[in-house]
Amino acid sequence: MSLGALLILGLFVFPLWNITLEAPQYPIPLGMDIYINDFADTHPHDIKNINLMNHYVGMKYIPESIPEFKIFPVVIIVMSILGLLIGIKAGYKWFLVWFSIMAILAAAGIYDFYLWEHDYGHNLDPKAIMKFTNPDGSIMGFQPPLFGTKDILNFTAHSYPQLGAYLMAGGMGLSLLAFFIGRKEKRASN
Amino acid sequence: MKKQLNFVLSLLVLVGLMSCNNSESSSKQRKGALGSNAAEKVYVAPGEYDEYYAFISGGFSGQLSVYGLPSGRLFKVIPVFSQDAEKAWGYNEETKPMLNTSHGFVPWDDSHHPDISQTNGVVDGRWVFINGNNTPRIAKIDLTTFETTEIIEIPNSAGNHSSSFVTENTEYVVAGTRFSVPIPQRDMPIKDYKGNFKGSLSFISVDPEDGGMDLSFQIMMPGFDYDLAHPGRGESHGWFFFSTYNSEEASTLMEVNASQNDKDFIAAVNWKKAEEYIKEGKGKKMPANYAHNVYDEETHTATSTMKKEVLVLDASELPGLVYLLPTPKSPHGCDVDPSGEYIVGNGKLSANLTIHSFTKMLAAIEAENFDGDAYGIPILKFEDVLAGVVEQAGLGPLHTEFDGQGNGYTTFFISSEVVKWKLGTWEVVDRQPCYYSVGHLMIPGGNSREPFGDYVLAMNKITKDRYLPTGPEVTQSAQLYDISGDKMELLLDFPTVGEPHYAAGIRADIVMKNSKKIFKLEENKHKYAITTEAEARVERNGKEVHVYMSMIRSHFNPDNIEGIKVGDKVYFHVTNLEQDYDVPHGISMIGANTSELLIMPGQTETFVWEPKQVGVWPFYCTDFCSALHQEMQGYVRVSPASSNIELSWSLGED
Repeated sequence: MSLGALLILGLFVFPLWNITLEAPQYPIPLGMDIYINDFADTHPHDIKNINLMNHYVGMKYIPESIPEFKIFPVVIIVMSILGLLIGIKAGYKWFLVWFSIMAILAAAGIYDFYLWEHDYGHNLDPKAIMKFTNPDGSIMGFQPPLFGTKDILNFTAHSYPQLGAYLMAGGMGLSLLAFFIGRKEKRASN
Repeated sequence: MKKQLNFVLSLLVLVGLMSCNNSESSSKQRKGALGSNAAEKVYVAPGEYDEYYAFISGGFSGQLSVYGLPSGRLFKVIPVFSQDAEKAWGYNEETKPMLNTSHGFVPWDDSHHPDISQTNGVVDGRWVFINGNNTPRIAKIDLTTFETTEIIEIPNSAGNHSSSFVTENTEYVVAGTRFSVPIPQRDMPIKDYKGNFKGSLSFISVDPEDGGMDLSFQIMMPGFDYDLAHPGRGESHGWFFFSTYNSEEASTLMEVNASQNDKDFIAAVNWKKAEEYIKEGKGKKMPANYAHNVYDEETHTATSTMKKEVLVLDASELPGLVYLLPTPKSPHGCDVDPSGEYIVGNGKLSANLTIHSFTKMLAAIEAENFDGDAYGIPILKFEDVLAGVVEQAGLGPLHTEFDGQGNGYTTFFISSEVVKWKLGTWEVVDRQPCYYSVGHLMIPGGNSREPFGDYVLAMNKITKDRYLPTGPEVTQSAQLYDISGDKMELLLDFPTVGEPHYAAGIRADIVMKNSKKIFKLEENKHKYAITTEAEARVERNGKEVHVYMSMIRSHFNPDNIEGIKVGDKVYFHVTNLEQDYDVPHGISMIGANTSELLIMPGQTETFVWEPKQVGVWPFYCTDFCSALHQEMQGYVRVSPASSNIELSWSLGED
């Protein structure tokens, strides 16, 4: 359980998610690593170059910082400490409680990410240089996929979790495992 | 996944090709080169890379071209000694100082012998050095940017031809004078040449860290013509060898008068001894005047400094500094084999090659077995230093390179061929024709201990009927031979830029990993750089106007400027704010009496415009940068000199 609680601290070192854009003009693709407290270039200047590409279709610049970058780290630290305390002091049932809270938080995080992506891809400058419409006449959006790969004009966008996310999932998995082991031991002792 | 698939496919193709070869190999002998697989040996598939870089001098074009081998594809023409309007070299304010000399701004030269820097006797791919023959200069090209970053003028020199060859650890790049002149220059009768004119051999030190060049010392020599040179290596490291002609010291009708002596000399210079003499204070400071021009990568700007002094060693007065090796028939090329033991004199009026032995030379010096002297410089006996002769190899030998497998390859200008011969036995083993009149030849890594002995590139002065005709002036050419087998095989010939005088080659992987993609904006220290669009502005200082302009896809900032007047001198300092690979922008102004600017990401360049007519004049981006390239344009309003319109600038205001 304690190991699980520590694993989620990996989020401070490793990126949570990555969005990569491939295009004929970019044999070395453009990429952005999303950390719990930062947007980072995969290669130097990638975000600047993504912004440059996106301004043609009226997308907003990827911000330097978002409020979530302040909230997420606090939440993760609190959850990690809580997990450690539970691991040392509390009974196995608490393990499930911790796992459930983490699961809810993760789901909220993913939903938040989706909302941001949707706004980023659809809230376009009305004076955009190039305006594209879908076959049904509606304005084309440029939202990158939440998970997976998608073709957007000349770009192929990939969006996948990274090591930080895997560590978090691993941590949560361990807490669940700890719960089951705890329950088994309890039953055995009964 | 795609890559893996490609790899598998190319393997399949390879297997296919190889099986073809087997079936054809029997008929190959009869069909010659055309029936062989020459085409596939030079074929570099789209998107694939060449195995070698070849830096081929432009001769009278004054530049240095970068080719790939074996494909013969041209990648870039690096401006060195000649103004280049395409790249604004010598036109923009930043690079004009690079072409400054003691004779003022000289916008052209004759670029001859590129040589790649070395560490421990092998090419290291950091810099290429090349000489300007006409107004003596040595330039250094940085192989991280493929740009000329330093040019040093050589005083007391004329026809800077036996240049610019580097020693084993790039301690020095060496430059010798082809034409002897009065030193110091003075007003005197030409007929008094003999005994009064002097030659100079210059040793330019190279800073091992930043490559900074400094004219360390010059050796004063008799008034011969110093034609070509190569450094010793291995055991002979510390020596430098120069071929000479006109030991007759003639000054007119040279083709006859400089061809009278049966033998001229190869001058063996002990530069380690020169260093000792300098330590002992035997060098003399001599007044001089020469330009030292340095381009700074962070300020993106060149500065030119006039130097006023040079340290001189007199070969006639300092024993042990120079020895003369008699060499038949006005030797041209002076080439040293990879071991450093053999010094080849290519006597251009001869059919033979003369090869001297370094060990024999040392023994003869030790025994003080001299055959007189020339102006106090000991002459060794021909028989004492001779290692061997390649007999009747061809007509008019010029230059020799080595494959590192014990073979020499010599060009013969008159009989128009490359001849392969064996070191030690001196027998000719193969010959191949050149089309036509070959000058230099180049084996990648040729001037080093370890040549890459796969190819030899022959550079031809004349092509006549080899290509589609283009009027009276037709291209010169380079010819590539495969030398990996016993017999040379002609693979390819391709046209070149200017005169392909000489070349230097190196394995691509040594160089390409260091090639820069962009200049970092945060490292831009140009005096007039701006690093954000917020800093864009226009400032007036009397009649001088400075425009601090930025460019990024797909606009200039500012793109509307008013308040410029006839008679103003307008400096456009333009910074490319891009930080993406291969996104240069250009700028040109209608009626500007200069070239465009072509500005790399993160770089700042300046052009001057002096508007002469009232009106509204457009400028635009000259490099197709983006989908909105055609929209990348702007206007400058020019008012009469008497106008009182305020200076103003804007972007995107309705």
